[in-house]
Amino acid sequence: MDPTSEQLLWMYEKMIEIREYEETMAKVYLEGKLPPKIQKGLAFDIGAGPVPGEMHLAAGQEPVAVGVCAHLRREDTVVGAHRPHHFAIAKDVDLFAMTSEMFGKANGLGKGKGGHMHLFDPAVKFSCSGIVGAGAPQACGAALAAKKLGKDWVAVSFFGEGAANQGSFHEALNLASLWKLPAIFVCEDNKYGISVEKSASTAIASNADRAAGYGMPGVLVDRNDAVAVFEAAGEAVARARRGEGPTLIEVKTDRYLGHFQGDPETYRPKNEAQHLREHDPIVVLGAQLRARGELDDGRDAALRAAISERVQAAYEHGRNSPYPAPEDALLHVFAA
Amino acid sequence: MSTASKVRKLSMAEAISEGIGQEMARDERVFVMGEDIGKYGGIFSATTGLLDKFGPDRIMDTPISETGFMGAAIGAAAEGLRPISELMFVDFFGVCFDQIYNHLAKNTYMSGGACKFPVVITTGIGGGYNDAAQHSQCLYGLFAHVPGLKVVVPSNAYDAKGLMIQAIRDDNPVVFMYHKGIMGLSWMSYFEGSTNEVPTESYTIPFGQAKVVREGSDVTIVTLSQMVQKSLLAADKLAAEGIEAEVVDLRTLVPLDKETVLRSVAKTGRLLVADEDYLSFGVSGEISAIIAEQLNHLKLKAPVRRLAVPDVPIPFSRPLEQFAIPQVDGIAAAVRDLMKLTID
Ligand SMILES: Cc1ncc(C[n+]2csc(CCOP(=O)(O)OP(=O)(O)O)c2C)c(N)n1
Ligand SMILES: [Mg+2]
Repeated sequence: MDPTSEQLLWMYEKMIEIREYEETMAKVYLEGKLPPKIQKGLAFDIGAGPVPGEMHLAAGQEPVAVGVCAHLRREDTVVGAHRPHHFAIAKDVDLFAMTSEMFGKANGLGKGKGGHMHLFDPAVKFSCSGIVGAGAPQACGAALAAKKLGKDWVAVSFFGEGAANQGSFHEALNLASLWKLPAIFVCEDNKYGISVEKSASTAIASNADRAAGYGMPGVLVDRNDAVAVFEAAGEAVARARRGEGPTLIEVKTDRYLGHFQGDPETYRPKNEAQHLREHDPIVVLGAQLRARGELDDGRDAALRAAISERVQAAYEHGRNSPYPAPEDALLHVFAA
Repeated sequence: MSTASKVRKLSMAEAISEGIGQEMARDERVFVMGEDIGKYGGIFSATTGLLDKFGPDRIMDTPISETGFMGAAIGAAAEGLRPISELMFVDFFGVCFDQIYNHLAKNTYMSGGACKFPVVITTGIGGGYNDAAQHSQCLYGLFAHVPGLKVVVPSNAYDAKGLMIQAIRDDNPVVFMYHKGIMGLSWMSYFEGSTNEVPTESYTIPFGQAKVVREGSDVTIVTLSQMVQKSLLAADKLAAEGIEAEVVDLRTLVPLDKETVLRSVAKTGRLLVADEDYLSFGVSGEISAIIAEQLNHLKLKAPVRRLAVPDVPIPFSRPLEQFAIPQVDGIAAAVRDLMKLTID
């Protein structure tokens, strides 16, 4: 399935938006976390600054999110993992409410209760979790619901190659195949689960090969390329909508930043990330668009400026919004 | 202590990895499994330096397959090895709890004592740095609730080393829970009292011995883990106001040193339990029940009070988290309130 010019442009813009979002967060996150403003003796304080806690960014992994979400509608479900921003942005999660959430503000998606690993936007059927491997079974449930309700909705579970060694992944694949669920399992192979390389954690080279064990198609996208992901996902989504069951896709992608911000990254070669950046998928797609006559310097600059304005406005919104009242901690344990 | 021994200040993380390393050097059967424990040295530095000393056969990075490696610890222990299994955050145990609460905890009993499982499970607990609901829990009450698991919850480096060595030598499963905010990490604010003097040589601290870490005559604060450090700071504030708080560090939940708790409450007549776990059905309720069961020969001056997480998941946002998790000022305020109460 070849992408239309419109789809290519959508993916291009979304990738730029994601990249700007993540790179802005990398800076904002550091605010207030470094000496001399922190407790004496510390090199970094994870709990300080306007965006405290852990922060897992997805710069470099944009093709996976946009290549899949280009095929999705509002009614389709996406379940992300602990590194969720690129999926959220590609699924059109409210950027302002999502950013407020990361600042812990009252007008955030979760009113400040969830934070960056726990984003819920039911309006576009997006959720995620900080527990590795938790998403795939939940995507099965969304797909089961679509089937029971007689809808042609699909459910996508995104997770890392590390999560593919979790029991829940294998249970979910069997369930989805057994029940012929309209589910798509998308594994982002960014080579690492924190510090552990895939070769040291996974008995086979490609998780796509595991699909055979569950009687479903397994597709390996062996390059970090939005169009290649788009093609594989297009078939998988169409198959799911036709009621023919699930697909497992593994994409070889690149993690430009640390596992989390503040990661010393002593486990990987010093210039590895720099080398990865030499094959920037945004640049690649930009060149394709130019070759098709869809993009020139003027248009590129204009769309980048518009995206930047939107992203920066989201950050200002998050930063300037009010905190919840402390005792609001007691609200929302149960549904009203 | 022998004259050859040296004492220096260590962080709790350093003390734990030193304790593990000394046992590994002494006993070839000891090995460690877990995520990011090798090159990374453990996300909370509990195994820093051990890969270089003992190599990848004994310091084994695992896949993210917790049921797999927790179950493997049980099987290896049954064969006479002494595995240490780390799962970085206690919040993650949901994915492998069957291996722990149906097998590790029960196999000795179900075998009528024929089988033993010398496994140490290590894990990070606690909040205070805005890591939200899936990365900030304590949950020691959950482990202590299940018969067959010993539960160790140290508050400082000295205790942590001795209790770790004791844990490794124990023939039973031990869950060793270290609070992230007292590990002395270079990237998280911490309580200085947790970094203290630790002898170079190996030593053990018996389980089931609570420690009175501060003596006082007016009120007893029973507590554990990071909350010990907070309670000591609260006690300092209270002392300036003329209230003398005695602080009891439980150190292990299973076995639990009821005697020390009872002795202290008998002395002060007032009890506050300061706990970072959820309020209901947990440690604070257990300690209160122990007192309630002794009221026929224990004279209280005021009813028992509990301070804990008010039965909500740990929220992300700073003001919410500060509200949900008891803080130094909250402990002091609870003691002041307690001092005003009487029993008619
Ligand atoms: C059940 C569980 N085990 C361990 C962790 C700790 N952890 C968080 S992310 C991560 C690595 C995940 O690797 P991968 O699935 O490849 O995703 P990536 O971080 O590379 O995006 C680990 C081990 C967790 N959050 N949940
Ligand atoms: Mg990965």
